[in-house]
Amino acid sequence: MAEKKQTVPFQGTEEQEAALKKVIADLQDDRGKLMPILQKAQDIYGYLPMEVQKMISDETGIPLEKIYGVATFYSQFSLNPKGRYRISVCLGTACYVKGSGDIYNALMEKLGIVGGECTPDGKFSLDACRCVGACGLAPVMMINDEVYGRLTVDDLDDILAKYE
Amino acid sequence: MRTLEELQEVRERAKAEKKVCSYRVHVCGGTGCTSSGSPRIIEKLKEEIKANGLEDDVEIVKTGCFGLCALGPIMIVHPENAFYSMVKEEDIPEIVREHLKNGNVVKRLLYEETTKADHILPLEETNFYKKQHRVALRNCGEISPEHIEEYIGRDGYMALGKVLTEMTPQQVIELVTASGLRGRGGAGFPTGMKWKFAAANEADQKYVCCNADEGDPGAFMDRSVLEGDPHVVLEAMTIAGYAIGASQGYIYVRAEYPIAVQRLEIAIRQSREMGLLGKDIFGSGFDFDIELRLGAGAFVCGEETALMTSIEGNRGEPRPRPPFPALKGLYERPTILNNVETYANIPQIILNGAEWFAGMGTEKSKGTKVFALGGKIHNTGLVEVPMGTTLREIVEEIGGGVPNGKKFKAAQTGGPSGGCIPAEHLDVPIDYDNLIAIGSMMGSGGLIVMDEDTCMVDIAKFFLEFTVDESCGKCTPCRIGTRRMLEILEKITKGQATMDDLDKLEELCNHLKSNSLCALGQTAPNPVISTLRYFRDEYIAHIVDKKCPAGVCKDLLQYKIDADKCKGCTLCSRVCPAGAIVGSVKEPHMINPEKCLKCGACMEKCRFGAIYKE
Repeated sequence: MAEKKQTVPFQGTEEQEAALKKVIADLQDDRGKLMPILQKAQDIYGYLPMEVQKMISDETGIPLEKIYGVATFYSQFSLNPKGRYRISVCLGTACYVKGSGDIYNALMEKLGIVGGECTPDGKFSLDACRCVGACGLAPVMMINDEVYGRLTVDDLDDILAKYE
Repeated sequence: MRTLEELQEVRERAKAEKKVCSYRVHVCGGTGCTSSGSPRIIEKLKEEIKANGLEDDVEIVKTGCFGLCALGPIMIVHPENAFYSMVKEEDIPEIVREHLKNGNVVKRLLYEETTKADHILPLEETNFYKKQHRVALRNCGEISPEHIEEYIGRDGYMALGKVLTEMTPQQVIELVTASGLRGRGGAGFPTGMKWKFAAANEADQKYVCCNADEGDPGAFMDRSVLEGDPHVVLEAMTIAGYAIGASQGYIYVRAEYPIAVQRLEIAIRQSREMGLLGKDIFGSGFDFDIELRLGAGAFVCGEETALMTSIEGNRGEPRPRPPFPALKGLYERPTILNNVETYANIPQIILNGAEWFAGMGTEKSKGTKVFALGGKIHNTGLVEVPMGTTLREIVEEIGGGVPNGKKFKAAQTGGPSGGCIPAEHLDVPIDYDNLIAIGSMMGSGGLIVMDEDTCMVDIAKFFLEFTVDESCGKCTPCRIGTRRMLEILEKITKGQATMDDLDKLEELCNHLKSNSLCALGQTAPNPVISTLRYFRDEYIAHIVDKKCPAGVCKDLLQYKIDADKCKGCTLCSRVCPAGAIVGSVKEPHMINPEKCLKCGACMEKCRFGAIYKE
């Protein structure tokens, strides 16, 4: 897997920061507060950039490395914003033996980003996922809630063009 | 609901209601068919039924998975049991008009195999279904999972009623033990024994957990049970609670399964409303309730101690055992954890008896097992067969064999913890012990078929990438060992490895097996060990000959043009993104290996089969 990096500059608003501070204040006395705070912070910002993790650290006194540790432990948490169109390519075994690795590589090439990143215009983000359960249609990818099955690399341009 | 008699009344009413409509149309609402468009089919059906004035004659039931996902969306019309496969929206008006209104089955649109004889073949007699025996999946595709009455109509909650009114906890545990049921989540530990240990430990509170964090890629049987028959899990957990003396249950379910989560929420609400969860169930004085906990996407949380740590709200890291969860589990209280498929067997065992269940399967593996068939096979989907069925029966008869005239190479079971079974073992009866003996494991039941175009070194690398990604990092052998193993595998697939690397790889396998903290690390080497055992020559071909026999590993491939076959049509040079193909019109072309990206575009486009790779 290629290394993840933050590709879109942080653009948090004061309203978002106020909402986050309220969440933290409400959960201040909760023993296992970090997970719910992170989940709510992701609801507020759409993702968990370092700036937000640092704010949480400053407010709660929890070391940044611990927050980063939990945020990166669960794949539900994202350090990068998702695009307007979230592409996720299934790399489960059934899809992999039917060539989803080629689909994933072709998408990285076409979009100019690696998995986990978002295009600089905020349009597409790309992720690999493990099994959406549509193994009968392998190889499969999803764009937002739409499932595309029995894919070939040749289909990709037409599919992406639908989202222009 | 307070008594067994009341439950029986609901059951009789549900059975009677089924007979009111002339037609019952079952449309699969599982994830596979939903992805291939079943929600639109249901909408269109409703429209057409209304347009034809058939609202009182036809009942539409959105069911769980029928199993034959490859042919989705699937629709079955009762009473004829007519099986319409790959249904399209534009077919619906004809089906409604001809079949539901005029009573003529639309033969043209039926699943091909059912129309070959003079009469329409019942589904149970098709190759896909005739060797199957559905116990855990018995209600999937038969009932609407969002209506508790339908579950009760199929004897749902009768087992719970029997347990609470006629049996002692001790008797329940003895019955489950006598049935020989073993855990369907992977390791195959005897379920009755697990319950017995937890029952024996005194505590102020005990817990019953359900592992619905089905993380093996390519396995989706638990999800299908949750989507198609959620109440069976609730009923079985309540029975388990009574057996061990627990009053609280947790279902830990993947957030990636939205349909399953939604149906579980509905089912829990309905059970509480009917008094089948809550205080004093069936007037027995026994209390039990269930809560849902969503995972956040971590494979290791399928390991029992990690799952419990995650429910408590921490990083989902495993901890050493002992103490085992039966003594100190969730919140340090005695806890049992079984997976969804294990629970799905429990009510049937209670109702039909231990002998009935033990009558199926092999000497040490009783009952049936659900497999998710995927990969290079015709009938991808979900199958449930008695233990002891051979791999050949599953792959060739039920699965319809390998498509496109390709040769079967191996079947992978057990996901990232399992191994690859080669053709020479196709006739081994599948059960827990036989699979271990041939170097794989049952796992949760994913069964991925691979053909001659699959490179076994690449598959081993694929699984190691998965475990490197999912290793929680707590123990060193797994955190660092899996990465070192992956690096060696990468070297091999790039043609940069030596035979010494292979020795190092095997040494690492042994280290990980014996030194890792939890099953994730202990079993991570299995894909490597099993492919080395059966396909060692492929590893050697990569290392010594610098060749990938299956033609998968790009660094070891060269695309070439057969000068005798090339007509010089220039198509290949025009599609080549790298400008690597040169040649004049009507003259044989050449590929410049320095520039070639090995994308394969030329080979796909060539009309004369002149381009090959080696």
